[in-house]
Amino acid sequence: MGVDILVESLNAWYGTTHTLQDINLRIPANHATALIGPSGCGKSTFVRCLNRMHETNPDARATGMVRMGEIDIYKDASPVEIRRRVGMVFQRPNPFPTMSIYDNVISGLKLNGFRNRRILDETVERSLKQAALWEEVKDDLKKKSGASLSGGQQQRLCIARAVAVDPEVLLMDEPASALDPVSTSKIEDLIFHLKAQYTIVIVTHNMQQAARVAENTGFFLSGKMVEFDSTHKIFTNPRDKRTEDYITGRFG
Amino acid sequence: MTSEPTPQTLIPAPQLQISPEKLTSARSESEPSAVRLFLNSRGSSGLADQGFAALMLLCACSIFAIVGFIFVILVLRSRLSLAQFGSHFFTHTGWDPVSGDFGAFPFIYGTLVSSLLALLIAVPLALGVAIFITELCPRRLKAPISFLTELLAAIPSVVYGLWAVFVLVPIMRDQLGPFLVKYLGWTHLFEGANFGVGLLTASIILAIMILPIISSLTRDIMQAVPNSQREAVLALGATRWEMIRIGVLRNSRIGIVGAVMLGLGRALGETMAVTMVIGNHPEVPHSLFAPGYTLASVIANEFSEATGDLYLSALIEIGLALFLVTIVVNAIARLMVWAVTRGAPARIS
Ligand SMILES: Nc1ncnc2c1ncn2[C@@H]1O[C@H](COP(=O)(O)OP(=O)(O)OP(=O)(O)O)[C@@H](O)[C@H]1O
Ligand SMILES: [Mg+2]
Repeated sequence: MGVDILVESLNAWYGTTHTLQDINLRIPANHATALIGPSGCGKSTFVRCLNRMHETNPDARATGMVRMGEIDIYKDASPVEIRRRVGMVFQRPNPFPTMSIYDNVISGLKLNGFRNRRILDETVERSLKQAALWEEVKDDLKKKSGASLSGGQQQRLCIARAVAVDPEVLLMDEPASALDPVSTSKIEDLIFHLKAQYTIVIVTHNMQQAARVAENTGFFLSGKMVEFDSTHKIFTNPRDKRTEDYITGRFG
Repeated sequence: MTSEPTPQTLIPAPQLQISPEKLTSARSESEPSAVRLFLNSRGSSGLADQGFAALMLLCACSIFAIVGFIFVILVLRSRLSLAQFGSHFFTHTGWDPVSGDFGAFPFIYGTLVSSLLALLIAVPLALGVAIFITELCPRRLKAPISFLTELLAAIPSVVYGLWAVFVLVPIMRDQLGPFLVKYLGWTHLFEGANFGVGLLTASIILAIMILPIISSLTRDIMQAVPNSQREAVLALGATRWEMIRIGVLRNSRIGIVGAVMLGLGRALGETMAVTMVIGNHPEVPHSLFAPGYTLASVIANEFSEATGDLYLSALIEIGLALFLVTIVVNAIARLMVWAVTRGAPARIS
């Protein structure tokens, strides 16, 4: 089952730039939550704070509390333990170029020493199907490398790699920005399926997509979270004038 | 699943028409801009391009010419000894200028063994240095360590030789040698008298000399691995070492083999420092403590005093042997790269 994520007074910096300012929200388990906002407002930074990827940047710093279920991820666990439970799809596709498609998908399992051939085979098929890539690559799973795919295929491979480890929380940073409408709707199907078991956070610039897949939506603007509410409320009757301006395209 | 109706929202339908004013307002219809006029006036530049290509082809050909020329000269000048000993020269042990008996085998053996042993010592160290600099080192230390490594590469080899004679040889004789005998004696690699000079000492000094070149090249290669690769591994729950192994080393393995090969090339041809500590004894050493000889050293030591045409010719054939050894070793290295990368292209997205 997924877990609730509770964020309290989260602040993040790159060097001296205060990128996230006092973020508070509760992301409910087994729901999809969308994050929207103009480019550069801190959506990626926020998502990266949820699996402690933010601190891998030597200039970066974060303070505040993030609870995942019972665990305060910055206090009670190591980054490695957290990232094993939280899957992440990055904004730019980053498959492993020296590994075959098959090895790319199971890289998270192999890394942790999982060796059962039969389950690995099943996982590869299941994950690639979920990521809507299976039909295109099933004949050269072990022949082609991760880098030989097109940009959109690489992104779907990364999605397969992230879901292969059965994460409790899945963070997706614009997973569909390089995909055609058919693949996009397959990824949205995937999110629909997965949220029965996982907690999903999805960053998107496509507001129809947010409206389609997410129960809740948060609107970010220059490092602050302006509004967080049910998607329906945000898109029909937002409380804040800036939210309304953004989603109606009158922004800026 | 997604067919659930979207709520009536404020999101505006996408606007596909562009208003006619927008299309024309940027500039007036008739006058092309100054930039456009300039770019249109530039022609095809075909001739300049062809000229450039021809020039580059010439540069590339000069490499073939130089290699061919060296090879031809080596063969021509060593024809006396080639005629006398034939291919037997390369497998024969014996080096007696007085009786005119020449064979290159001990030198080939000494060159190969000392260089490979040097690699065995230097490569793990160099990888460790490169990993430390690129992945682990606090940023304040990065520049000083990199600078020091590069400085090591700039020290002339005769200085290394002097250092080896005065520091490494005594250590080898009094501390390291007895230690190796005590703990690794069972391998039978460390037998016989240990005077401090010999194959192992030469290998150690060679390792120190090729360490900087391998580690600084490896460092550059590892630094070129995009950060997104490291993040991809870390996000899967990898420890730091797993991140380095999968995200960094795996992505740079071809470059690392290349760096190792450059180091090996330098070790094979290194003359001065090796000559000072290898013992210069033209026999196949039976132990790592025993003195040996390398192809480069024997040329350096004996060229000036080579009397007689056959002697000189044999020395030049030693040069030919070094040339061939280098080529063969590099060919093997290419094969290894090919074997490692077969199936998975080297591209990094
Ligand atoms: N590695 C970094 N070093 C320094 N500043 C950074 C770094 N990454 C992001 N920033 C800054 O932090 C701010 C937030 O960036 P972030 O990537 O979170 O934006 P975003 O909302 O994801 O934008 P987009 O929609 O374009 O992906 C930006 O102003 C950006 O310049
Ligand atoms: Mg982003």
